[in-house]
Amino acid sequence: MQIARETLLRSYRAMRTIRDFEERLHVEFATGEIPGFVHLYCGEEASGVGVCANLTDQDTIASTHRGHGHCIAKGVEVAGMMAEIYGRRTGVCQGKGGSMHIADLSRGMLGANGIVGGGPPLICGAALSHKTLKNGAVAVAFYGDGASNEGSTLESLNLATVWRLPAVFVLEDNGYGEATGASYACAGSQKARAEGFGMPYLECDGTDFFAVHQAAGEAIAHARAGNGPAMLHVRLARWYGHFEGDAMTYRASGEVAAARADHDCLTIFRTRVTQAGLLDGTELDDIDSAVRDEIESAVIAAKQAPLPEAADLLADVYVRY
Amino acid sequence: MSKKSFRQAINEALRQEMRRDPRVIVMGEDVAGGHGGTSGTVDAWGGVLGVTKGLLTEFGEDRVLDTPITEASYIGAAAGAAATGLRPVAELMFVDFVGCCLDQIMNQAAKFRYMFGGKARTPLVIRAMFGAGFNAAAQHSQALYPLFTHIPGLKVVVPSSPYEAKGLLIEAIRDDDPVIFLEHKVMYDDEEEVPDEAYTIPFGEANLTREGDDLTIVAFGRMVKLANEAADRLERQGISCTVIDPRTTSPLDTDTILDCVADTGRLVIVDESSPRCNMAADVSALVAEYAFDALKAPIRRVMPPHTPVPFASVLENLYLPSVEKIEAAVKAAMGHRVPEIA
Ligand SMILES: Cc1ncc(C[n+]2csc(CCOP(=O)(O)OP(=O)(O)O)c2C)c(N)n1
Ligand SMILES: [Mg+2]
Repeated sequence: MQIARETLLRSYRAMRTIRDFEERLHVEFATGEIPGFVHLYCGEEASGVGVCANLTDQDTIASTHRGHGHCIAKGVEVAGMMAEIYGRRTGVCQGKGGSMHIADLSRGMLGANGIVGGGPPLICGAALSHKTLKNGAVAVAFYGDGASNEGSTLESLNLATVWRLPAVFVLEDNGYGEATGASYACAGSQKARAEGFGMPYLECDGTDFFAVHQAAGEAIAHARAGNGPAMLHVRLARWYGHFEGDAMTYRASGEVAAARADHDCLTIFRTRVTQAGLLDGTELDDIDSAVRDEIESAVIAAKQAPLPEAADLLADVYVRY
Repeated sequence: MSKKSFRQAINEALRQEMRRDPRVIVMGEDVAGGHGGTSGTVDAWGGVLGVTKGLLTEFGEDRVLDTPITEASYIGAAAGAAATGLRPVAELMFVDFVGCCLDQIMNQAAKFRYMFGGKARTPLVIRAMFGAGFNAAAQHSQALYPLFTHIPGLKVVVPSSPYEAKGLLIEAIRDDDPVIFLEHKVMYDDEEEVPDEAYTIPFGEANLTREGDDLTIVAFGRMVKLANEAADRLERQGISCTVIDPRTTSPLDTDTILDCVADTGRLVIVDESSPRCNMAADVSALVAEYAFDALKAPIRRVMPPHTPVPFASVLENLYLPSVEKIEAAVKAAMGHRVPEIA
């Protein structure tokens, strides 16, 4: 499938933005200035971006605790995200949610999620809205290999088929749920799970934007056409610990270095598009430097932004009370 | 006797009970960690905060079970195992995750004995960390002990220090009913003298951490520490307080609370849980019903507002009870004019 030039440029920019955003957070977190838990998406950029390149603002996604990448891929504004992570009033959630709860419903982003397996049921609901309202939109749940074992996830696979929902389940399999390997925790096969619930199963290399874009495109087209849900199994590696501060003693030394060296989605993308003459190296360089500036100013702005005010504590528990 | 952290005290209680009784097993997500990892490291985590570290090495794979991320099934499995001969200690990590497995606790484990006409015993312990103060936001900071206290058939423990944690956890493991054991996540590095040998602290017997004449403070979990700090400050200002740590919210030592209120005539309750239908409400009702005549002033409650736990530090600090808020509530109950603290 031919991918439009703007899509390629936008996707590269999104992947680069996620990378720089996360690498910067890794550095900033170590200074102790960032409160709470932070889970980085480094190394997994092509998945969120490859999937979301097939979506519009009308489509809905639900994310996970490792949500920054999905947010950026779905178009959530970077400065507002950074401010949120710093707990500032200018954050996308006014400093009330933090890293694990970034959401922007105007972008069809139904939220990162602190509860593993929290997203798939919500996505059934979003898909039900789209189906009932006949708006042509689809709903996509990102969930991890760990989350694939939650009852809420498995029940959602069933419900989505029973109700023939325009839902896509994107299983981001980075091989670990916290410090436990997927080979220990996941029984049977994900393919058999999809088939057992009566939905098509697709699989792809999550470090190759083109592979993700292609496979996600098929899964999303299937759902959008009214054929019911599909599962996309994306294989990835995460480059940092489960959360910032995790020493990763459960991973072989060299595992991350090898992923960085041989499976960097940005390098793979650059080689592919320049060799095929789709984009020019200098265009990518320009994006790199623009993103560097954007992240730098997002961090500076976040650090200087005002803190929430006392009255904010009581606001927005309800619409009306 | 030696100085031990809250974390070490819990680890030691688990270790000693596992040595004593081969039916005691531990399960949960990454209670060991490293299974299926590429380094071959066993016991890679020993719990997200290292509380169960070393148990796998000592007791082996049959007694220390890493679970998939699947709370409904492993908490339910722990309940089923408890009803059929084992004495499981299941770790729920953050108590907030009870949303994923409440049925197995509320409709299953809690009710077996009564529903089955007294025939079942369910010696189950569910450990979980709770509480705000970590910027962990709305889904990782709740103080849900009133939720469990509400459910007949469950016992609920909220230890306030390392010493308390060890004795109460051993008691919980030896108890034949399902026990919810809640550890405040901000306290894991708190240290105090803790006996090396095993000991138990009975449920339903409150601890008076200090005795005074003017006013009674009832506080739960980490709030006991704040209440004692406030009482120290108040002492210097000529107000002497009794501080009650009920230790368990179910059973609740109502006698001690009523006796102390009868003696002092004034009551402040410090509760970190959401204010509606919480322990402060429960204790207030108790005192209003049975010690009304002893009261010289309205009961005061120090507790968070009716909101989820916010992320940003400024808001989280406003949200939580504090030494200053307790001090102000005590002075208000003493009839002093005090500026209101948000
Ligand atoms: C219901 C619930 N159980 C446990 C956790 C703790 N937890 C947070 S992330 C995580 C691992 C998730 O693994 P996976 O789904 O593979 O996502 P990954 O971290 O690899 O992106 C766990 C166990 C949680 N947040 N919610
Ligand atoms: Mg994973």
